[in-house]
Amino acid sequence: MTDTTANAAHFHAHDAHDAHHDADHKPGFFARWFMSTNHKDIGTLYLIFAIVAGIIGGTISGMMRLELAHPGIQYLHTWAGAHATQDEATHLWNVLVTAHGLIMVFFMVMPAMIGGFGNWFVPLMIGAPDMAFPRMNNISFWLLVPAFLLLLGSTQVSGGTGNGAGIGWTAYAPLSTSGSSGPAVDMAIFSLHLAGASSILGAINFITTIFNMRAPGMTLHKMPLFVWSILVTVFLLLLALPVLAGAITMLLTDRNFGTHFFDAAGGGDPVLYQHLFWFFGHPEVYIMILPGFGMISQIVATFSRKPVFGYLGMAYAMVAIGVIGFVVWAHHMFTVGMDVNTKMYFTAATMVIAVPTGIKIFSWIATMWGGSITFETPMLWALGFIFMFTVGGVTGVVLANGGVDIAFQDTYYVVAHFHYVLSLGAVFSLFAGFYYWFGKMSGRMYNEALGQIHFWLFFIGVNILFFPMHFLGMEGMQRRISDYADAYAYWNHIASLGFIAVAASMGVFFINVLWSLAAGRKAADNYWGEGATTLEWTLSSPPPFHQFETLPRID
Amino acid sequence: MKNLTKLFAVAAAFGLVPVAAAAQAPAPAPAASANAATPQAPRDAISAKSQAQPAQPRDVSSPAVGPFNTSAPSNASVAASALAARTTPQVGVGQPTDKPQLQPQFTPIGEEARWFHNTILMPLITFISAFVLILLLIVIVRFRRGANPVPSRNTHNTFLEVMWTLVPVLILVAIAVPSIRLLAHQYSPPKPDITIKVTGNQWYWTYSYPDNGGFEIVSNMLSDADAKKRGEPRLLGVDERLVVPAGATVKLIVTSADVIHSFGVPSFWVKMDAVPGRLNETWFRTDKPGVYYGACYELCGARHPFMPIAVDVVPPAQFAAWVASKGGTMPGQKKPASPDATQNSPITDPAPAAGATTAPGGGTSATPTPTNVSAGTAAATATNQSQAHSSRGQ
Repeated sequence: MTDTTANAAHFHAHDAHDAHHDADHKPGFFARWFMSTNHKDIGTLYLIFAIVAGIIGGTISGMMRLELAHPGIQYLHTWAGAHATQDEATHLWNVLVTAHGLIMVFFMVMPAMIGGFGNWFVPLMIGAPDMAFPRMNNISFWLLVPAFLLLLGSTQVSGGTGNGAGIGWTAYAPLSTSGSSGPAVDMAIFSLHLAGASSILGAINFITTIFNMRAPGMTLHKMPLFVWSILVTVFLLLLALPVLAGAITMLLTDRNFGTHFFDAAGGGDPVLYQHLFWFFGHPEVYIMILPGFGMISQIVATFSRKPVFGYLGMAYAMVAIGVIGFVVWAHHMFTVGMDVNTKMYFTAATMVIAVPTGIKIFSWIATMWGGSITFETPMLWALGFIFMFTVGGVTGVVLANGGVDIAFQDTYYVVAHFHYVLSLGAVFSLFAGFYYWFGKMSGRMYNEALGQIHFWLFFIGVNILFFPMHFLGMEGMQRRISDYADAYAYWNHIASLGFIAVAASMGVFFINVLWSLAAGRKAADNYWGEGATTLEWTLSSPPPFHQFETLPRID
Repeated sequence: MKNLTKLFAVAAAFGLVPVAAAAQAPAPAPAASANAATPQAPRDAISAKSQAQPAQPRDVSSPAVGPFNTSAPSNASVAASALAARTTPQVGVGQPTDKPQLQPQFTPIGEEARWFHNTILMPLITFISAFVLILLLIVIVRFRRGANPVPSRNTHNTFLEVMWTLVPVLILVAIAVPSIRLLAHQYSPPKPDITIKVTGNQWYWTYSYPDNGGFEIVSNMLSDADAKKRGEPRLLGVDERLVVPAGATVKLIVTSADVIHSFGVPSFWVKMDAVPGRLNETWFRTDKPGVYYGACYELCGARHPFMPIAVDVVPPAQFAAWVASKGGTMPGQKKPASPDATQNSPITDPAPAAGATTAPGGGTSATPTPTNVSAGTAAATATNQSQAHSSRGQ
């Protein structure tokens, strides 16, 4: 069972000239980019979309760090408009919080991981010519665009106290129903409907592709771990998103059609919404991190020049995380007033997740152990990921304890925790994957020096930005507040300084991308060498417009 | 045994009072004031009705002078002013600081939870993170290409894989024991001495006292200017505090009138969502008088940051005086309160004797929080004579 992963040495030689007959007959610009059915083009569209959304979401976090740099409200009045009242100004804060969360979750991380890298590399890694349903792939992407426009548009219409939906990404009723009049919240709900539909269609596409279009000889247990991670992720999407869709539809009817699902006065229960939301929401956090796990596995193996350690354990650890991820949701609701037995169950079940996660961490280290490691930019991000995700993971173990979480619920400790696993976990893995595959996708190599500067600036910046939030949370600072007690000023100021380093690092990143696209060195087929063994490295860089017209065989 | 533990807690509380402050306070009536200051015998004390009308406390003229309130009124003879005076907040107690730590805890649950966090969880997660970091550093140094040009092909080690599955399981089981115990303790409160209904509103809190005649107080945040004037921290001070008696087990019934709020006081390890249509229950008990700040912890609209909580823990007698000033009654008291009412209280409690024994507790005439107004002291004198009973009136 040792070398079960697909390995280039196992394939029959795959004649390069095969790819050149009619494989590169690209359609014209409009047809290619607006009516695309090609998984690589759609993947590129997703990545561009995610970068745009990331710039907007990141700008919002910059606005928030600016406002929080000092106690008191300095900028919100200006941003809310010349005649904004105090309430409109602080409502704008809630809009920023909501938009930042929704954009980063639904329009940055998910499109980049699943739509971007998933679309690009799942077919390549399993030796398939394209996705199973290319046109559905197209509509998946194009549903996301109006979804994003609806969300951005919602900030320009009334959301009750002021313009925009100020309900948090969780959109708890009754704040999101009777608590927010005006069309903004309805627009945000429609936005999530569209984004959810997009993801469900994408999930169906991936499941079908992975189950039916693997190259001859590639059994499930020979699939690269990135494909495994996407497979688990899309199952989570398929099972979780309909629950969200139901919950927000109930919000919609509560708001507009006189139902009382979440209205206690009409016999409903606001807590029902929280159960529905988190039944989706907890799998959602694994949806955001599992593809990252997959990418890190590929990258660690590549730069260690060793096969992944404990392949089956790694694959089934992800399956276990996915399954357990569905039965721990109420740990997000420890203060909602639940009975002691429920709380004990959710405490215990949540802690169990640490076990498969630990298996993954240790297996990555074991993969490197005995390796012959080089430290190109993707590997730096992967190493950073492993450590930072560990830090974010152990604070998750603290929060899992229902009795302890009483103090931490809805404080900055939680903000620190989920930014460590997302901003330092998921985002690190996104950058790792981006640098890893940039040459393969674009045909040109990124600049190594700029890549390393980007990594170190970002690494230092996010730690200065997010580590002090643990301290703020332990001292009791609430989430989602635009102004704070003066005792919290010191660490908030430090955190805001960290953002400057992060912003600078992103400047380096964009310079690197633009420079490399214009003038980067031409990328070889397999520019990482012996360690890169998955099928995409057998193709040219960039791959032909249609690849694998003769299917590769895996022995 | 229980009393011993309490004594210990009292001593600890007193230890926080600078000796100088204690010395400054004259001790005209040691027994009486000790009783007032002592969180001993909470049950009897808090439900005690003073024979003396709380509105006219005997002037014990022991102006509380504390390190943070040097301007305390030197003459406490005017009852009204004594009642109106507010416990002065104390830095480091019941309010955040910029130290990287949990706020000091003032309830048994808080102490247990802080111990669990500081003694078990923090060292453990620090160790795990350091362990992973060290492994990574070893790998980076030993297996970099320069040091190890030929990679091994090793991809399995059953012993290791079993170990890194089993050891985390064992660690988690070890965590689960104190964790579950903490949960069990949180969910088995002592019999409550007083019940208070907390209602979240956009954007203020209301507190009603069903055991004390059902009066309700509305608690709004102080403006920045008012907070400064009154010496309270910005965004934490409120006009009407949630006043509770020291040493009493306080049951909170938490609900909301509009959207979801969350009632949280970090230094009590208390947080409970206020959900419309639901009555959530939580509890706390603290022996140490003082002001403890909290906040709304659930996004509730535009003024979410601006609905703080201030819990004023006062000596029982002062609590009785405060209740009277709000037009409420102490349990068993008929409304309007008559001094004789207490005589009819049928239940006796041996605890006052126990309370008395703490009097020598050493110059306890200084109230635990040096800044506590002494108005309640006189009223507390009556405690010894009053018959206490459960505030639930069972």
